[in-house]
Amino acid sequence: MADITDTAAPVTSDTVARLKRSAEFVVMPAAALLLSAILFSIFLLILGKSPVQFFELLWRGGFGTWFSWQNTFIRASPLMLTALCVAIPARLGMVVIGGEGALTMGGFAAAAIAIPMISWAPTFLLLGVMVIASAIAGGIWMGIVGAVRHYRGVNETISSLLLFYIAVSILNFFVEGALRDPSDPNKPSTMPIGKENMIGNIPGTDVHWGLIFGILLCIVLYFVMNRTTFGFAARITGGNLRAAQAQGLPVGKLILISCAIAGAAAGLAGFFEIAAIHGKANASLVAGYGFTGILVSFLARHNPLVIIPVAIFLGGIAASGGLIQRRMDLPDATVLVLQGLIFVILLVSETLYGRFAIFRLKEATS
Amino acid sequence: MDDGSLATVLLAMFAGAIRVSTPFLFVSLGECLTEKSGRINLGLEGTLVFGAMSGYALSFHTGSPWIGVLGAGVVGVLFGAIHGYLCKLPKVNDIAIGIALMLFGTGAAFFFGKAYIQPQAARLPSISFGGWSDDSAVQQALEINPLFIIGFFLAVAMWWAFKNTRWGLIVRTTGDSTAAAVALGINVDRVRLIATSVGGFFAGVGGSFLSLSYPGSWSEGLSSGQGLMAVALVIFARWNPLACFEAAILFGAAGALGPALQSVGISQGYHFFNAAPYIMTLGILIVAVSPKRSLKGAPAELSITK
Repeated sequence: MADITDTAAPVTSDTVARLKRSAEFVVMPAAALLLSAILFSIFLLILGKSPVQFFELLWRGGFGTWFSWQNTFIRASPLMLTALCVAIPARLGMVVIGGEGALTMGGFAAAAIAIPMISWAPTFLLLGVMVIASAIAGGIWMGIVGAVRHYRGVNETISSLLLFYIAVSILNFFVEGALRDPSDPNKPSTMPIGKENMIGNIPGTDVHWGLIFGILLCIVLYFVMNRTTFGFAARITGGNLRAAQAQGLPVGKLILISCAIAGAAAGLAGFFEIAAIHGKANASLVAGYGFTGILVSFLARHNPLVIIPVAIFLGGIAASGGLIQRRMDLPDATVLVLQGLIFVILLVSETLYGRFAIFRLKEATS
Repeated sequence: MDDGSLATVLLAMFAGAIRVSTPFLFVSLGECLTEKSGRINLGLEGTLVFGAMSGYALSFHTGSPWIGVLGAGVVGVLFGAIHGYLCKLPKVNDIAIGIALMLFGTGAAFFFGKAYIQPQAARLPSISFGGWSDDSAVQQALEINPLFIIGFFLAVAMWWAFKNTRWGLIVRTTGDSTAAAVALGINVDRVRLIATSVGGFFAGVGGSFLSLSYPGSWSEGLSSGQGLMAVALVIFARWNPLACFEAAILFGAAGALGPALQSVGISQGYHFFNAAPYIMTLGILIVAVSPKRSLKGAPAELSITK
């Protein structure tokens, strides 16, 4: 009799404990979002604007109609990829914030390699080469961050952001110089890859295939990070570097590979921006997706699966920016203020984890 | 390149180095103070941009650029205090908070700054040191902003204070060992809060230089990572305020390279020379930092060197 209760009790309490802990991971960010919304409402009231109108427009612009949902999805797809660029190194305990740089390099590489091929290459070959070029360029870009971190101990947050500025300079250098398309008098750009070579939309929508690719990559990387030896080793490295070294794990290799995967993801975001949206590389490529991706990853607690809905959520906020700007006469930076506020409050909410009795298991104390 | 244009480039680089280095100098001194107390504030980039905007706005409304400088500093104190207060909460990561405040500060500056992109605000006057020369280029190069001179004396004063004063000792002890500081009866959180706030003041003043002196107007592309490069600069300067001054001049010269070459008609590769300060920063970090040994002068409680 004693045996039965002894074996049965831990199973149920274990399930309850896991449920309660997962509940905490949902409730806390939700509470942080709510608090941000309240503070932002106060901010709007001080400025003499209506918070009700703001959130109504936010809803309508991001999620109200099928049209706005499509806008949201178009913005969500690069956000998923740039969030992965933060989430994967985060599992190794690294704070990489230069995803925008990898996106820029990926997009630039895709557009640049296409130039000599446009005249003769069939679409599938052209796009195939562009995909590979963007993934490699992004991978190398973040790989540099991993390498200087591992071999020289250079802080990855600083180096990744410096590389972002260098990437923008490289883009401008070529777009305004050697690779400038002389037939375009308006904005310095590379030669367009051509309408017939652009990636099409998902049938029945105006959303390009980057969304499906982003979702798939999030799922794949979730399994890689949670269900493979590689992911396990990466998480040990992130948990305790010395322990990982003592176990004989190839820490340097793990750091380099993770950073390269992360950079390749952001580089592919650049590819989709070129091949599905802009059709050519120019300054519009640097649109801030890499920086919003940092917030997406932190909100998702660096979990690739959770990144999918969070990217759609923040994509919606971004999509509603134009509508809010027009209707309420607020600057386009309004969305940036809201995002920054959410970010700060979310980080502060970390301090409250484990403080509330509801999420704790009473039996755990015995 | 003949001798004449070489002299022009060198003179332009000298003048440029002084102009471009001033924001680096202030932000790096602020970061130096913050890091000496054991915290890192990556949010100074946001403080710099917000300081630039608010300094410009205040100068426009009051007509006095010096009120703008002071206001930018006060706003910097606010940002620093938020950072210092939030980071003392358990489980809150100072690097992540810094990134969040950087994004928030930049966003808020763009939000409030929309109205000030067009108007012309009163700019900080420069002091002429070139009266002895007949050459107008020399005279122009020696128009030095008073903030640069203040920054130089500030660096010397900080260097002296770290070594010789009770306050300097308290900040250094807090940065080197929390346990030792607590044992001495020092309120560690309060010291870090004050150090981060004062550091924010310096960064705000550095920002006001950008909008009120050089380049001398407010726009959204005003700062391009100077606040962040200053963090790297402090590592390179080994947490020594005097070395911060020298490093800021070096960074300023690198930043002045592109415009100086443009002044003699070499405009090819302009964007490449624009990238020079970033490439140099990265190169310096790679050379200066090593995973095998701890850095001389590094505060032991600092999260990036631990």
